[in-house]
Amino acid sequence: MTRLGLGILALVAAVAVAAPILAPNDPSTPFSNRAYAPPTRIHLWDAGGWHAPFIYRQVLADRVLRQYVDDTSTRVPLVWVRDGRLFGVGPDAGPLLILGADPLGRDIFSRLVYGARLSLGVTGLGAAGALAIGAAVGAVAGVAGGLLETALMGIADFMLVLPAVYLLLVLRAVMPLSLGWATIFVLMAVLFAAAGWPRVARGVRGIVATERTRDYAQAARAIGAGPFRLAAHVLPAASGFLVVELVLLVPAMLVAEATLSYLGLGFPAERPSWGTMLQDAANVRLLADTPWLIAPAALLFVVVLGLQLVLGTRRERTMLTAASRW
Amino acid sequence: MLTGLDQATIAKTRARLGLDRPFTTQVGDWIGGLLRFDLGRSSEYDAPVAPIARERAANTALLAAVALAIALVGLPIGVLTGARPRGWLSVAVMPLSVALVACPPIVGALALLWLAVSTRWLSIAPGSLAVPALALALPLGATLERLQSQATAEALRAPDVVAAAARGLSPARVLWRHAARQSLRPVLGIAGVLIGSLFSGSLAVEVVTGWPGLGRLMYDALAGRDVFLAAGCALVGAAVLAVGNLAADIARAVVDPRTRLA
Repeated sequence: MTRLGLGILALVAAVAVAAPILAPNDPSTPFSNRAYAPPTRIHLWDAGGWHAPFIYRQVLADRVLRQYVDDTSTRVPLVWVRDGRLFGVGPDAGPLLILGADPLGRDIFSRLVYGARLSLGVTGLGAAGALAIGAAVGAVAGVAGGLLETALMGIADFMLVLPAVYLLLVLRAVMPLSLGWATIFVLMAVLFAAAGWPRVARGVRGIVATERTRDYAQAARAIGAGPFRLAAHVLPAASGFLVVELVLLVPAMLVAEATLSYLGLGFPAERPSWGTMLQDAANVRLLADTPWLIAPAALLFVVVLGLQLVLGTRRERTMLTAASRW
Repeated sequence: MLTGLDQATIAKTRARLGLDRPFTTQVGDWIGGLLRFDLGRSSEYDAPVAPIARERAANTALLAAVALAIALVGLPIGVLTGARPRGWLSVAVMPLSVALVACPPIVGALALLWLAVSTRWLSIAPGSLAVPALALALPLGATLERLQSQATAEALRAPDVVAAAARGLSPARVLWRHAARQSLRPVLGIAGVLIGSLFSGSLAVEVVTGWPGLGRLMYDALAGRDVFLAAGCALVGAAVLAVGNLAADIARAVVDPRTRLA
């Protein structure tokens, strides 16, 4: 189960890294006459027998009803490894839309692949930041003790009681609405780290507080180790906790990113994340005819499932506390 | 921009809304108003914030309560799967549970909406609780089922439960009286976290499904730059969450006397 989970995560990460190679189209180019176009089917077989993978060119049959028909008169073969892309079709053969097109006629598959970079990147950065801050605060509180410990843990407890999503919304809303995607990326990671550290800090403080009473820590102090050296000796004991905490933070932040972007407070439509793309699925009436718009949600599900499997059944209880953070 | 407004009108409005005073005074006034349960006036609704926020918070509480009620079905199922980890029920339920645990409310809400419009099994009429409540309840119920299952399996190995079985109590009585009660403790241990997740999950679900709750109001307030309304929502939200946490702590104290001293 753990291997399966790791495999899923590695695959998604590889897709994100290789986005420019994998995406057949530019993620922000709207194709004319392709609004809400259904997924292009890739065929291997027609009346004449088996062929190399090919598609039929889509033709807009009815602009109002957004109906598309396949032009079955000519087979358009897939082109492999050209112009730095793994696969695609020739420029005159019409766009290859593996997962269909969004309301503006942009390729959903390409947007999804590029969106993985933003969604996973901001999540990873935010989770790493939360772990770093939490470990630092927890170690300081655990080693120093006394008034400093009370103050730091008081802040952490206070933040734990606040409704995190509301907090994120308010903090994001007081900042300018339209920012560059890079600014949003950094800003969101900072917000995630700020929202995520208290729980980490509490856990690390607990571990550090017990570890520093152990013989090895006492011995280190007896031979003159200062607080920093002591923290360096004691912190490795928290590494297991930190790994679990990382796997727990990532899905929570992935969902937070999707929520913020869905609400229009996240990444702009030109540089879509999965949450931004989900805005297009918000129109319930259209959803029945264009279910491919929901693809980002399916991918979110797959990534979260992968993370759950990594934690595995033996650590089920921690896994469950994770799931309960949405 | 702002055509037809002269400086005098702008100044008058600023004075009426108190925007001409220092920022600290404005914050002080707002905090002073809290003592009288006065959360200020909403600029969008042109009405006091407190009644609006209270009404919407009640809607959110209703949604959360219905979702929780559905999710609690996971507990007895968890007792059964925990009692027979290799039984047919476990084999059938576990993959479903693992999948549903990985289904955050925003994903679940969109998937259920799609299911509703393509099959018409669920009502999506305005005011229908079906989609929002299920989107919240399914991952929560699956979480409870997994947790209860594991806790039950552990409780069945506990010395006192083994002793009860050895004295000849019927398996059903051992399971439902002795093991189930003991296994509730770890489950209630994360009850506070669950309430928090129910609350933050409901924001996404409310916006996706259009349920008129506190999260939806908060979103509208932020979109409309309605400062008092947004602040009021955040405050009421924090209060609701605090009450939820308190309820969870009390429930834990009832089930597990050891936590009463802490």
